[in-house]
Amino acid sequence: MAVTTYSGAEQYNFDIVKKFAVMSLVWAVVGMFAGVYIASELAWPFLNFDSPYFSFGRFRPVHTSAVIFGFGGSALFATSYYVVQRTCQTRLISDGMASFTFWGWQTVIVTAALSYVMGYSQGREYAEMEWPIDILIEVVWVTYLILFVGTIMRRKQPHIYVANWFYLSFILATALLHTFNNLAMPIDLFSMKSYSLFSGTQDAMTQWWYGHNAVGFFLTAAFLGMMYYFVPKQAGRPIYSYRLSIVHFWALSFMYMWVGAHHLHWTALPDWTSSLAAAFSILLLMPSWGGMINGIMTLSGAWDKLRTDPVMRFMIVALSFYGMSTFEGPMMSLKEVNALSHYTDWTVGHVHSGALGWVAMISFGSLYHMMPKLWDTKIYSRKLVEWHFWLATIGIVLYIVAMWISGITQGLMWRAFDEFGNLQYSFVESVAAMMPFYAMRAIGGMFFLTGATLMAINMFMTIRQGKRESAALEAKLAAKMAHA
Amino acid sequence: MEWLMWFSKPENTKPLALIIFFVTFIGIVIYVYGSKKRSKRLESYRDIPFLDDQEGSKDKQ
Repeated sequence: MAVTTYSGAEQYNFDIVKKFAVMSLVWAVVGMFAGVYIASELAWPFLNFDSPYFSFGRFRPVHTSAVIFGFGGSALFATSYYVVQRTCQTRLISDGMASFTFWGWQTVIVTAALSYVMGYSQGREYAEMEWPIDILIEVVWVTYLILFVGTIMRRKQPHIYVANWFYLSFILATALLHTFNNLAMPIDLFSMKSYSLFSGTQDAMTQWWYGHNAVGFFLTAAFLGMMYYFVPKQAGRPIYSYRLSIVHFWALSFMYMWVGAHHLHWTALPDWTSSLAAAFSILLLMPSWGGMINGIMTLSGAWDKLRTDPVMRFMIVALSFYGMSTFEGPMMSLKEVNALSHYTDWTVGHVHSGALGWVAMISFGSLYHMMPKLWDTKIYSRKLVEWHFWLATIGIVLYIVAMWISGITQGLMWRAFDEFGNLQYSFVESVAAMMPFYAMRAIGGMFFLTGATLMAINMFMTIRQGKRESAALEAKLAAKMAHA
Repeated sequence: MEWLMWFSKPENTKPLALIIFFVTFIGIVIYVYGSKKRSKRLESYRDIPFLDDQEGSKDKQ
């Protein structure tokens, strides 16, 4: 059913929300499978099969693009369209534009994955897509912006709810970041290959300005938008403090833009630049924790829900991981800590405590809340939600503990000197020392993937159940009408 | 255009930026927490996610 009617007067476009929600789950399973596969390649290298098509280098961007843009992006499209319509109490301004964003975005993910496997890559982290795909992203994104802003402009509710502020800052910032990071010159009009307009240190600076703000706006601000709507809805009580959410928004939006250079400590970048980035990273702790406290305190007076409601548990654990990774990040941005942690698996562990613990868990919680409502039914199996929760939580813990041990060990081995001042370990000795932790990480990923697969099955059954209930209701009504 | 050179010196622009950002931040905090009446109005927006439920929606809360 394309349209759900509210009071017979208000119509929302939920068809587009349903499509993105389903694809979000599809990409979650595909992207996490790719992640488990490349983690297994590091633990058991024979899985590379001596073929470039199976190599870690080509599969890694397939994993990151599928989980960030496929799973995360689709979840954001779905929830932003849902939230903006419900909080503005109006329909999206154009069904055609909404549909274009769906097909355009899915084309981006598929063509990006295929191009990586074929060996095409810009070599820019989280922006590996070559120029033709970048142009498609630009067009889809501008359409998304027009659609979102247009819908807000024709709202029936005078105030714009704070979740929409976060979504809008994510859309605007991503447009800006994507445009400037991908300025490149193709070598030929009919070639996929291009070269960046930037070079040397400026290129590195541009990449990490993009890279960290992709974390800040795509993976944080946008999911905070999700949090500010779905946590209160699932808890059945309004957000703890609306005023705190305003301060949270402005402080976070302002500060994130400055911190990218902390990825370039101890490099050719001028020292003051990365010091400034580190200072802003430390400052970011305050708005981040303000937001976390705002989310968690929404449950104040209803803590029992944590025991009884597995969906709520996903959301509160997500907020806890948000708090943890936004403490770990500023700490790692300190030059002294970074000297140990940079280039090691600690960074990988940190990213995943944010990506799995925060981004994926808040998305799972929000989708568990939203999808049964979209199909006007109840979750097919709460038991499966419980299983998913524990598999995901155990998986994250295995993953990040493995990466902490592995990363700190790497850092210490690389800086160890013998009594003659020579390096104590060769690089390959540090690689050999990582093996047990790589296996542990792959197993953690398997736990997480199993949980996501259970969710996909559970939601598939929920949709089927919703369709059956709707068909039965329609048949009943038709029979009643026939007798009348 | 000589006056523009003033901005090219970090020892000038750093404290200037600090003042602008600090004042802006304090301004936002005062706006948000400074008036009881405004605070009440701002806090009333907390209920927006629940408004369309009250209009007889199909939600099964």
